[in-house]
Amino acid sequence: MELREPDGRNRHMPVTVYIPTPFRRFAGNQTYVKADGKTVGEVLESLGGQYPSLRQMIYDASDEIPGHINIYVNSQEIHSLQGKLTPVKDGDEMAVIPAIAGGQVLTPEQVNRYSRHIIMPQVGPAGQRKLMETEVLVVGAGGLGGPAALYLALAGIGTIGIIDFDVVDLSNLQRQVLHQTEDVGKPKTESAKETLRAYNPDVNVVIHNTPITSDNAMEIIPQYDMVVNGADNFTTRYLVNDACYFAGKTLVDGSILLFDGQATVFVPGHGCYRCLFPAPPPPGLVPNCAEAGVLGALTGVMGSIQAIEVIKQVLGIGESLVSRLLLFDALAMDFRIVKLRRDPKCPLCGDNPTIKELIDYEGFCGAPFPGQDHDGPDGSVGA
Amino acid sequence: MAIEVKLTATLQKLAGGARSVQSEGSNVREVLEDLERRHPGIQDMVMVDGQIHRFVNIYLNDEDIRFLEQLETPLREGDVLSILPALAGGKI
Repeated sequence: MELREPDGRNRHMPVTVYIPTPFRRFAGNQTYVKADGKTVGEVLESLGGQYPSLRQMIYDASDEIPGHINIYVNSQEIHSLQGKLTPVKDGDEMAVIPAIAGGQVLTPEQVNRYSRHIIMPQVGPAGQRKLMETEVLVVGAGGLGGPAALYLALAGIGTIGIIDFDVVDLSNLQRQVLHQTEDVGKPKTESAKETLRAYNPDVNVVIHNTPITSDNAMEIIPQYDMVVNGADNFTTRYLVNDACYFAGKTLVDGSILLFDGQATVFVPGHGCYRCLFPAPPPPGLVPNCAEAGVLGALTGVMGSIQAIEVIKQVLGIGESLVSRLLLFDALAMDFRIVKLRRDPKCPLCGDNPTIKELIDYEGFCGAPFPGQDHDGPDGSVGA
Repeated sequence: MAIEVKLTATLQKLAGGARSVQSEGSNVREVLEDLERRHPGIQDMVMVDGQIHRFVNIYLNDEDIRFLEQLETPLREGDVLSILPALAGGKI
């Protein structure tokens, strides 16, 4: 929208500029300020005129924008547009994003790589640093663990641990995005590491090429900040649940079968898998994915939801799935949420707990840990 | 009274593939009995020795009936029950 001034010049309506936290004190503690101009350069001049101390932050001694500051117009970095000559119009939103947050520096490459996250006020440079300092263990490099690990790697999660004992089978490739045809026969952890590192070399991928069992769970889980459960069997599910509770770690849970998915977040003290399902089904009563099948793309939905919950938890934003169970029915395309309560009678996290250390999970579930005994051709730990 | 019952995953095949079935009953127990008459076999998947399996949850709307009155939880016209077995996601 333009208004003709009496002297014939075009008067432009202001552009909104997002001011990130580190700069806010230079702009009257405002998150958004208005500034005029037809180009990015003019808007920045107008901004600098209003807030001289901010001007010193966004221009260097030679009056150029320094390399550690990125300028965005409607989420696009101006280097990919026309730099300072990028035209702006009424209603556009600009953002001035510095690479410095919390005393730590993001490299220009990182600022660029994560720019679509950083530009959102819920993330920002400080949130990006938090993600980069977080260590997440993914149990199972399969259908759920795959997309979860993938999106966590893309988001720049600092360390991703992958625990799986299995090798890639051709029948995995209908849904398991970390592995490709040429990986058949390769350990899933190695294939996962190669894929994640190719997507984002920033990420430290730690592989545990072993089944998770009562012998190693309390060594491995405490090394991480959070755990994503992509296990495909009840024995592992109850073990991971108990170990996370004892280690005080948040567990982002997901499970799938046929066209249905379930997801929730267990934070110690707010309910656990035993509160949700006190006991596993007897072996054979609930069929597994190998017997009954699973829609490949469904694993992508549920694994992505698990990645979203990890990221929300790290950033402390939104409403998590803690105390809520998400049910997804892909055939009906129906998402529903039901309440999940901590059960005061829960033997693990209830008022009078009887489980005070890891138990015999194979006995409890009536089934061995996969990888301990004989495994079928699709005997992956990851769904 | 008419109650809608949503079925998940493995239970659907006992109801001819339906994801949602109509049933009658004034409490959860009556609905499960009615379901068994309409879709034989479903009760064994949900109950054992007169109690709900510990790996199966039944929700009245969005609340777990274990935290209501369990099988005696009264129902009103238009209520939705969901029967939800634990999913392992793969091999068990």
